Amino acid sequence: MMKQEEPGHNEEIISLANALRWDLGMDFHDKVIESTYADATDIAGKVVTRGDDRQADTVDSRVDRILTSRWLGFPIMFLLLAVVFWITVAGANVPSRMLASLFLDTGHPFLKSVSAAAGLPAWLDGVLLDGMYLSIAWVISVMLPPMAIFFPLFTLLEDLGYLPRVAFNMDRLFRKAGAHGKQALTLSMGFGCNAAGVIAARVIDSPRERLIAIITNNFSLCNGRWPTQILIATLFIGSAVPAHWAGFVSAGAVVFIAVLGIFFSLVVSWGLSRTVLRGEASAFSLELPPYRPPRILQTLYTSLIDRTIFVLWRAIIFAAPAGIIIWVVSNVHAGDLSLASHFIRSADPLALLFGLNGVILLAYIIAIPANEIVIPTILMLTVMSVGLAGQGEGAGVMFETDTAEGTRDILAAGGWTLLTAVNLMLFSLLHNPCSTTIYTIYRETGSWKWTLVSTFLPILMGFAVCFFVTQIWLLFTG
Amino acid sequence: MHIETGNRHQLLIEGILMSDPVNHGLALLAGLLTIAVLALLFWPRGGLLGLWSRWRTANRRVLLEDALKFVYDCEYKKIAFGLDSLSGHLQIPADKAARLLDRLQSMGLIRGDGDSFRLTSTGRSYALRVVRVHRIWERYLADETGVRPDEWHDAADQMEHELSAEAADRLAGRIGNPVFDPHGDPIPSPEGKMPAPKGQSLSTLAPGESARIIHLEDEPQSIFAQLTALGLFPGMGVYVTESGDGKVSFVANGEEHVLTSLFASAITVHPTKKTIAGQEKYEVLSALQQGEQAEIRGISPNCPGQQRRRFMDLGIVPGTIVTADMKSPGGDPVAYRVMGAHIAIRKSQADCIFVRRLEKA
Repeated sequence: MMKQEEPGHNEEIISLANALRWDLGMDFHDKVIESTYADATDIAGKVVTRGDDRQADTVDSRVDRILTSRWLGFPIMFLLLAVVFWITVAGANVPSRMLASLFLDTGHPFLKSVSAAAGLPAWLDGVLLDGMYLSIAWVISVMLPPMAIFFPLFTLLEDLGYLPRVAFNMDRLFRKAGAHGKQALTLSMGFGCNAAGVIAARVIDSPRERLIAIITNNFSLCNGRWPTQILIATLFIGSAVPAHWAGFVSAGAVVFIAVLGIFFSLVVSWGLSRTVLRGEASAFSLELPPYRPPRILQTLYTSLIDRTIFVLWRAIIFAAPAGIIIWVVSNVHAGDLSLASHFIRSADPLALLFGLNGVILLAYIIAIPANEIVIPTILMLTVMSVGLAGQGEGAGVMFETDTAEGTRDILAAGGWTLLTAVNLMLFSLLHNPCSTTIYTIYRETGSWKWTLVSTFLPILMGFAVCFFVTQIWLLFTG
Repeated sequence: MHIETGNRHQLLIEGILMSDPVNHGLALLAGLLTIAVLALLFWPRGGLLGLWSRWRTANRRVLLEDALKFVYDCEYKKIAFGLDSLSGHLQIPADKAARLLDRLQSMGLIRGDGDSFRLTSTGRSYALRVVRVHRIWERYLADETGVRPDEWHDAADQMEHELSAEAADRLAGRIGNPVFDPHGDPIPSPEGKMPAPKGQSLSTLAPGESARIIHLEDEPQSIFAQLTALGLFPGMGVYVTESGDGKVSFVANGEEHVLTSLFASAITVHPTKKTIAGQEKYEVLSALQQGEQAEIRGISPNCPGQQRRRFMDLGIVPGTIVTADMKSPGGDPVAYRVMGAHIAIRKSQADCIFVRRLEKA
């Protein structure tokens, strides 16, 4: 027989229980955990027999002594990272060119001929093939090879157990910036892809330091921006010095921009941890797992599927509509000018204050899905707005020239100077993250506030830096 | 390659560059000025935006609730309450305090009887609601955020007027329905129940008596800040060595402290028979040299919230054996061997872990 529950009976018990909790005192929680551990240790001592693990221990700690030593720790670290980057850059060239020739040189004309045979209306053909197809093809051919090389290598180092040692070595520097040593890892990962760097910030278990790592990841010059930096540095900075210095100076300029990114990353981390993020919770601990032989196949699988394909898929999703927009603004006319030309003309005076031009601003707005398509977009818009005859593929069709000189001639015709080039390099480092990264930041933080901060903080910094560089430059030169 | 020039757009750009309508000195000045204005507006706390939000909260309701809380506090601690103490506490002129008291009476929140005032039952439950929100928020700041201990009280003083009782209940549910705030004050239950005050002032202990700190008075702020700076926290054991003559000498965490009775009276203790961790002098984990072993004795109460939970999750509990194993190239952090794992801990955190050094095996 069910007993009728007295009304208010439960509340009475709960309120009595609550009153009794006052008597338990403040450290009740600690006591529970302590006794749990005491019991666990007790039980483990009775039933677990320990093998002799001293052998493995000494090998591990001998390796550790070298990798974290005062004199060898940093050189080994820089050497390993440099090797990873070199393999990425050198190895990605060939497959990138093959993909480009497949998708751009062969695939695009073929599809155009198919659509012409099928009698597709010109606008549909433009939107789908010149807009959407080209931007997706571009993103895949530029983005896929370096990521498919970089991520497995990085994951291999991680699997080996080396990356936590990097965090251990670098923690002192990052602690001074108010950040976590593991930010060294997300920062390095950001050189591959900022979206992947943001996801990698999951390894930082302290909320404040994780947010710092996410917000500052964009200051790592990602794969999509390296080619832009190298191209512009070669064309404008290298050619501004005597020929035998050109290679050295332009390479130096690119490295300078990358180091400047690390510098900004640390300074902004420092600023954030002392201002807006001051109140966020922070807890430090870093586990140094034992070294183990990497599982090559599993590493390949997880880094390709979880990182490369995942990020690439997000980039494609964002690149497709952007390609359409790029085509539409170049081909829809208001009066006798396209929408793009209208924007470029009205933005030019303002952009010149920052040492940029309207084309660059528009390119950074419509090429937000991927930094990879910024240069093709700039070239297309320049040719279109300047009205160069016999150049490019037509309005809304992104392209790259076969030779570097061709690119320089087009840009020079668009009014580019050495100052424009310097500012473009700075702006390429300091501008909003690509839309893939922005979306990833939102997914990782779940907060619009931090997404907006990570989007607008770098772009404001970019405008400020470009503004002061330009005005000081012009003050002294002109 | 020949590129056709003479286009309108290019002429426009060249025109702008050549005529150079911008005075670059002025532009630089304007740029610096813009940054200065932005900084003035948005500078954390000191900025105009921060000042505006603080000014907005300093309204009549805030004053009323603060007054009510003060009356309640006086009743709870059995301190005399009057016009003078109110105007002193809220830092408002006496005539304003008098008007405030009139308003509280007309609203039926307190009952006056000549010079003394008592809370009505409505007034008491109102005050308890405010106190509850205040203390839940302090607990939340201590456990879930990185806000510094000396900022808890002021932040909660703002939040107690902004957070509704329902939102406070939800927050309390999320952080495990705490019953004490980080200063050791009990948090009133949602029904407005409070335990009777416990413990006694540190200044009442006789030499030779041991006790555990159960509460540090968080008002006034200056006293609390100094006690915190001395490393005193609720949960800590103390051992009184000398008392009297307006001074109290005691040992806490192995260190000798001397406090005037004003400061000592801000510390509430609960006398104990047995010795408590922290009374004998323990070393801190960061003092270990490479290769040295020690037994964990406890985590300082100075280390609350997530960091404390993290340590305990890693097995840093009394009785665990740790070995200092590797130094990073800069000397900080240091990797310790705890329960078979290598854990790197920064010096500032290793300073919070009490250990007893073991002789080398």
